[in-house]
Amino acid sequence: MLTKRIIACLDMDAGRVVKGVRFKNLRDAGDPAECATAHACNGADEIVLLDITATSGSRRTLLDAIRATARSLFVPFTVGGGIRQIDDAAAVFDAGADKIAINSAAVRDPVLIGKIAGRFGSQAVVVAIDARKVDGGFEVFVAGGREPTGRDAIQWAREAAACGAGEILLTSMDRDGTQSGFDCQLVRAVAETVSIPVIASGGAGSARDFIEVFRDARADAALAASIFHFGIEDIAQLKRELYDASVPVRWPC
Amino acid sequence: MIAIVDYGAGNLNSVKKAFDYLGAEVVVTDQPGTVAAADRIVLPGVGHYSSLQSLNGTGLREALLRGASGGKPFLGICLGMQWLFEGSEECPEVVGGSIFPGRCRQFPSSVKSPHVGWNSLAIRKEARLLRGIAQDSFVYYTHSFHAPFAIEIAAISEYGLPFAGSVERGNIFGVQFHPEKSGDVGLSILNNFCEV
Repeated sequence: MLTKRIIACLDMDAGRVVKGVRFKNLRDAGDPAECATAHACNGADEIVLLDITATSGSRRTLLDAIRATARSLFVPFTVGGGIRQIDDAAAVFDAGADKIAINSAAVRDPVLIGKIAGRFGSQAVVVAIDARKVDGGFEVFVAGGREPTGRDAIQWAREAAACGAGEILLTSMDRDGTQSGFDCQLVRAVAETVSIPVIASGGAGSARDFIEVFRDARADAALAASIFHFGIEDIAQLKRELYDASVPVRWPC
Repeated sequence: MIAIVDYGAGNLNSVKKAFDYLGAEVVVTDQPGTVAAADRIVLPGVGHYSSLQSLNGTGLREALLRGASGGKPFLGICLGMQWLFEGSEECPEVVGGSIFPGRCRQFPSSVKSPHVGWNSLAIRKEARLLRGIAQDSFVYYTHSFHAPFAIEIAAISEYGLPFAGSVERGNIFGVQFHPEKSGDVGLSILNNFCEV
């Protein structure tokens, strides 16, 4: 039986893993390669590394971090942040990523999704969407959540899938880092609209939140960062609780 | 030496990295001569069946078939396993290796496609590639098409229907999942391949 995936996300700034609340107030949480291996050993089904600095000067640091992380990581490894063109994606794959996540660049130029998918396969292209509740709907934000786009998140998810995305990584900006639960309304709306897997992100705080987003909101995977870094909840414990609640997970692993 | 065949389909680094980790001697190559000289052959690949077309007209197809019929341990991973069959609905004009009968088909519309994530394996006990792997072990899949049921099935997974997770006959092995991305279970499977 296909299981629900628990994905550990590492937000990286200048070569270090950090975590903020609502995209701000960053705290140091360690070395990317060490964090990734520790999470994988603890039962993470996948690792996502997001470069949140994403300035031109940081590309070399990012590629070094990918190489160091990929060397001893044998679960799927996604990298995002600052991928603007196909050459950026190629460099990230070459350094050892299995999938890339694109966000702002895909909104600006949806053709980029198909270009990367055409060369590396749809399974390697994750379109990340940052959305915030606005006037009863959900609006897409880009540039690390700083710029509103006026676009509807559900529409955009549908378009991204049609362009060749293999998965949608859907982050609720309202819930990011708050540990107050996933935005199930947002996740369900997207998961019911697209036929590709949807990864729910933003707001994970307890096992109950994961049970809810898998059962009620039909997420295929759920991603969390803050709760895993500071030992508030470890992945092995989370998986045991999901298993006991009859959510299909890779456990024991 | 293990030859990992590079025909431009996706990222071969991760497959090489896993064999490196196991201490195996591997070379990534697009040269038929290097494939012919290798002791073992790995045909990896992710993405669209059409990319297998690059094996044709380059001498690689012939080198693969000769290696396979000559008794060299041969492992097809994901698209590489699908190549072992006659072809795929995904791209009917591309002819597969036709070592096993039948064509690859799409998953039923009742399930999301692609099939992405960790799924469990029901393993036939005589499976050599999966020797020592516990029943219901989880492995990582990412694909939209699946191989047909054949007598060569070594392990089954379920997604909308039961499908071939692994096939084998003699020296020929195929896995639809990605052992290089399946944690310790996957590394054990690759290690078995180094020893069959």
